[in-house]
Amino acid sequence: MAVTTSPPVGTPTETGPPARRRSRRPRRSLLPYLLLAPAIVLELAIHVVPMLVGTWMSLLELTQFHIRDWSGAPFVGLDNYRVVLDVDSAAGAELLRSFRVTVVYTVLSVGLSWVLGTTAAVLLQRPFRGRAVLRALFLTPYALPVYTAVITWTFLFQRDTGLVNHVLVDQLGLVDEPPFWLIGDNSFVALLIVSIWRTWPFAFLCIMAGLQNIPDELYEAAAMDGAGFWRRLRSVTLPMLRPVNLVLLLVLFLWTFNDFNTPYVLFGGSAPAEADLISLHIYRSSFQTWDFGTGSAMSVVLLLFLLLVTAGYLLLTNRRRNDA
Amino acid sequence: MSRRHLAILTATVLAAASLTACGSGDSSGGSGKTLTYWASNQGASLEADKAILQPELDRFTQQTGITVNVEVVPWSDLLNRLLAAATTGQGPDVVNIGNTWSASLQATGALVEFDDATLDKIGGKDRFVPAALAAAGAADKPPAAVPLYSLAYALYYNKKAFADAGVTAPPTTWEELTEVGKKLTGDGRWGLAVEGANPSENAHHAFTFGQQYGGDWFDAAGKPSFDTPQNVAAVKRYVDLMAADKIVNPSNAEYAQNQSVSDFANGKAAMLLWQAAGANLRSQNMAPDAYGVAPVPFPATPPAGGKQVNSMVAGINIAVFKHTGNLDGALDFVKFMTSDTAQVTLNKTYGSLPAVNTVAADPAFAADEQKVLAQTLATSAAPLPQVPEESTFETLVGTAIKELFADAASGRPVTEDSVREKLTRAQQQMR
Repeated sequence: MAVTTSPPVGTPTETGPPARRRSRRPRRSLLPYLLLAPAIVLELAIHVVPMLVGTWMSLLELTQFHIRDWSGAPFVGLDNYRVVLDVDSAAGAELLRSFRVTVVYTVLSVGLSWVLGTTAAVLLQRPFRGRAVLRALFLTPYALPVYTAVITWTFLFQRDTGLVNHVLVDQLGLVDEPPFWLIGDNSFVALLIVSIWRTWPFAFLCIMAGLQNIPDELYEAAAMDGAGFWRRLRSVTLPMLRPVNLVLLLVLFLWTFNDFNTPYVLFGGSAPAEADLISLHIYRSSFQTWDFGTGSAMSVVLLLFLLLVTAGYLLLTNRRRNDA
Repeated sequence: MSRRHLAILTATVLAAASLTACGSGDSSGGSGKTLTYWASNQGASLEADKAILQPELDRFTQQTGITVNVEVVPWSDLLNRLLAAATTGQGPDVVNIGNTWSASLQATGALVEFDDATLDKIGGKDRFVPAALAAAGAADKPPAAVPLYSLAYALYYNKKAFADAGVTAPPTTWEELTEVGKKLTGDGRWGLAVEGANPSENAHHAFTFGQQYGGDWFDAAGKPSFDTPQNVAAVKRYVDLMAADKIVNPSNAEYAQNQSVSDFANGKAAMLLWQAAGANLRSQNMAPDAYGVAPVPFPATPPAGGKQVNSMVAGINIAVFKHTGNLDGALDFVKFMTSDTAQVTLNKTYGSLPAVNTVAADPAFAADEQKVLAQTLATSAAPLPQVPEESTFETLVGTAIKELFADAASGRPVTEDSVREKLTRAQQQMR
């Protein structure tokens, strides 16, 4: 076989006879395709095909009558989009409300998680006794299975028997009447708390890794120039963390905007209006009211929105980098 | 073949292999000697259900040589799982469905219809309780399932709490219930417990109260009619038990995991509206002689058009998926589960009622609770509208009522306008 005649690794191919060079080429050019094939197949099967199918579904009147043989559902063109984008209709108004809730939720959750993660990572940068234990503790929420963690929060937030009200009302005496956390206005606060609790350890982990890459010389030089803690943070740490933060914030934005697990486990299938995130809203339209056509239309609109925001973000950050 | 072609071919083969791998699963879920059965959660837990069902399934295996692999599915997952099975043609052979979903699931076309010939294979149409069979599919079609366990709503009341408050008989009207409830509310106890955040439970009460107030949730043409004055009055009456009468703990607005049954079992609530709660109460150490069971009340002066309905025809149906690879075995299993012996054993354990006429007189169903449930089913229960949009009605109206309970709990006013506005919005989301 050709393999047995191959030169040892590292042998310059130029030194081999021409026939041998030719015999190596096919395998060399085939290899990248073979290595790429699994990724391409999976990408097609997991993302591209479902996305195309979802887009096609959004053009159909797909209810329980046609779900079994969905390709036979009546084609309604852009009707589903008209319904979900018409803010004067009940479906459109609900979607808009859910969108607003999700935007506020994402901005607050990502922003606060980032601040918390950065603060913790910076404070834990210098070695001290117990640092390893603290780091491990901080990462615990990230390591816990989502369902287990969030269901525990639902117990904590119960009005009569939950620990949160026990502390607020019985121990601290901050409020007289135990508030509701899983229904009404506070449900948004409860959702946000759980989300930040789940999200910030990831920010912490990434920023901690980013900090490792900042050379000590920079800090030493800054110190020699008389820069204090805040000045070093502003002029060394944050600029050096920029590449990490660019990716981190984008990833957190996409994850949080699409968050389904937290509200679903916290509230069940029907979240209070105040905490009705868009992914749960789409789930309810599709799977609880069995209107897969409008559900798909909502998903496509959401996908376009996220693509637009991501593209804008990348363009903006690239331009800044080029300007710099 | 060029290298490029070879690369494309390799990728294509890999893609095809991976796609076929997705589709080549056990499409029937059962071969000639095995059946897969999804049972709904009837007992105290999924494990308890499995323990209750297994001896019966073993008996079936002995009789027929067919092994039944059972999976008990919690209610919160059941409808989605059924829908996924219907869509993909992958899944169990035999399933349990909530009887109110019959027409909705029938519309998917995935279930075997029980026409007269099919019904004959499992013992004939006349075996089944007519009201229960009527809740097994759309009115103009053969049933898409057959009834397995029959249930109805009743009023459960704590005998000691009633005696302590000097109440000698259970209330028969909502006005009496409110009055009794006020007497019993206080010292950490509430008059009545409701499952305010559970859309299905809310929708069931919306139906019953609606009937009593002369309302229908779908008109004669099958179109939704959620926000009629009758339905608004009916829903307001139900939510007012918390909002205006204040005999329901505001915390009940976040109950969706049967906490109301626990509150009743633990003495935190003196009354409960529930379907066959006996088995559940027993598992929570409430002795059967500690509570009484009475029919669900009516309005003292029913409004014009109000009907003498105080429960939905509740129950569990058993259905067969068309995609089964073993239709005869599946029908044999349905016949077995609706046989006299299995009906007595299982309904006795669950505290539900048999779905077949032949064993109704069995002493197992002579307890007070079962007598009230049987009487209700026979005389004053009505099936939920058997229209394809029924499951959507449960979600939308049930969620609207959940929001109204949340308003009531947090002190926001619940008015006719706010009820109408929520019901209108729910109706507008029906397509």
